[in-house]
Amino acid sequence: MRASMKSLFLIAWLLAISLPVAAECQLRGTGDLALVIERATGSAQVIDTTHRRSLFHVKGLGDLSHASVVYSRDERYAYVFGRDGGLSKIDMLCGTLVKRIVQGGNSIGGAISQDGRFIAVSNYVPGGVKVFSAEDLSLVFDLPATAISADKNSKTVGLVDAPGERFVFSLYDTGEIWLLDMLNPAKPKVTRFTGVGRQPYDGLITPDGRYYIAGLFGEDGLAMLDLWHPEKGVTRIMDHYGRGERKLPVYKMPHLEGWAMAGDTAFLPAVGHHEVLVADRHGWKEKARIAVHGQPVFVMAQPDGRRIWVNFAFPDNDTVQVIDTESLKIIKTMKLGKGVLHMEFAPRGEAVWVSVRDRNHILEFDTRTLKPLAELPATKPSGIFLSARAHRTGL
Amino acid sequence: MTNMKKQILQAGLLATLINGMASGALMAAPPDAARRSELIDLLKQDCGACHGMRLKGGLGPALTPDAIGRLSIETISETILHGRPGTPMPPWQPFMSRDEAVWLAGRLKAGVD
Repeated sequence: MRASMKSLFLIAWLLAISLPVAAECQLRGTGDLALVIERATGSAQVIDTTHRRSLFHVKGLGDLSHASVVYSRDERYAYVFGRDGGLSKIDMLCGTLVKRIVQGGNSIGGAISQDGRFIAVSNYVPGGVKVFSAEDLSLVFDLPATAISADKNSKTVGLVDAPGERFVFSLYDTGEIWLLDMLNPAKPKVTRFTGVGRQPYDGLITPDGRYYIAGLFGEDGLAMLDLWHPEKGVTRIMDHYGRGERKLPVYKMPHLEGWAMAGDTAFLPAVGHHEVLVADRHGWKEKARIAVHGQPVFVMAQPDGRRIWVNFAFPDNDTVQVIDTESLKIIKTMKLGKGVLHMEFAPRGEAVWVSVRDRNHILEFDTRTLKPLAELPATKPSGIFLSARAHRTGL
Repeated sequence: MTNMKKQILQAGLLATLINGMASGALMAAPPDAARRSELIDLLKQDCGACHGMRLKGGLGPALTPDAIGRLSIETISETILHGRPGTPMPPWQPFMSRDEAVWLAGRLKAGVD
């Protein structure tokens, strides 16, 4: 009897230690959390940005080249889009992978709908956009892009959410912008704008959700769609920047996510030029160009609009430059180590988090003094995504 | 030109030709271990910006053996060095020598972990 009790205990104990132990969930808010992508190891860290510490390590996220993240409206769940078509839902309070599906062969990012019901993913292979339920990641709608051969569709890029349960994205190979309306998920509506320009490589939407703008790789200028008046079609803006000038090789495509706006002025990465373009937001005319250290990748405005932070493509990706938006002068150039891949501002702008791939850390800078505040270890970090993105259109 | 010099030149040309056709085994100056590791890092991190860190493709095409195995070492290394006009593929000549590009092309054909 006693022996069998003992063996029962032993069995129970063995079971207990052999079962995967669920991470201890936190009883706290999620508004100051961030997910840091560690792309080489297919993992991500949940970071507490207030106490500047790592809470969890989440593994098994697949190929995270060019990974990006959106958040559920309650900021509890992060949706990670991986290059291998993986869509992973992470519980930020428990540090657990809730669900992971591989929904495509090769993906480039995604968006969450205005009311948080739908997750849309932009795919290179098979070219198109798929829409999933944010709840259980079940497929809601599959929208193949325009065919470019018997077995290939155009790659889709620059997918963003827009007001009215809409998603907007561009077709890289066929030069189109599509507007997908999910208001009635049983009958999604698609509006196609063709001939918008050669090789749109990324897109952004203004924070008010009104203007969708696609950057063009194959020609100068940008393509703009006014979502208040889609019937007016796509217009071209900044058509003459760089015209007739020899383009420099581009070793990494710029990213248009993160609309850099200060007052009535917009700041954009020039493609094939070591310049930041300055445009008047109303007439969309070029106001100035700022010569910078290399080919800009991210051109991001501090939330207060006072300064612009810029990082660069290879071989200049060890540098960050800070531009004053009043004088349009570079006020600081920082060498942070090879592979400065991303910058993410605290929602009210007092700090910015910067990933430095080859130093295996992320840095927090004070945006007022431009001095580092903290350094956290991370394995080959790429993107840093604060949960406050949950409440912003287009991020 | 002395006969000796001519012979060396011819041997050089032959080696270049064979390099172009075959596996790169006859490279004049294969990169040393440290440089090889730099080149693989460059491949994954920087070529990977468009081709994917695992080289399975992105905005640029996949660079896996199934995708480019049929291309010659020369075609691949010339593409690396000079880029592809009309596409976003830039020339990588400022960052590596021809021998290094040939070595990298061989690695791509064989498959990189």
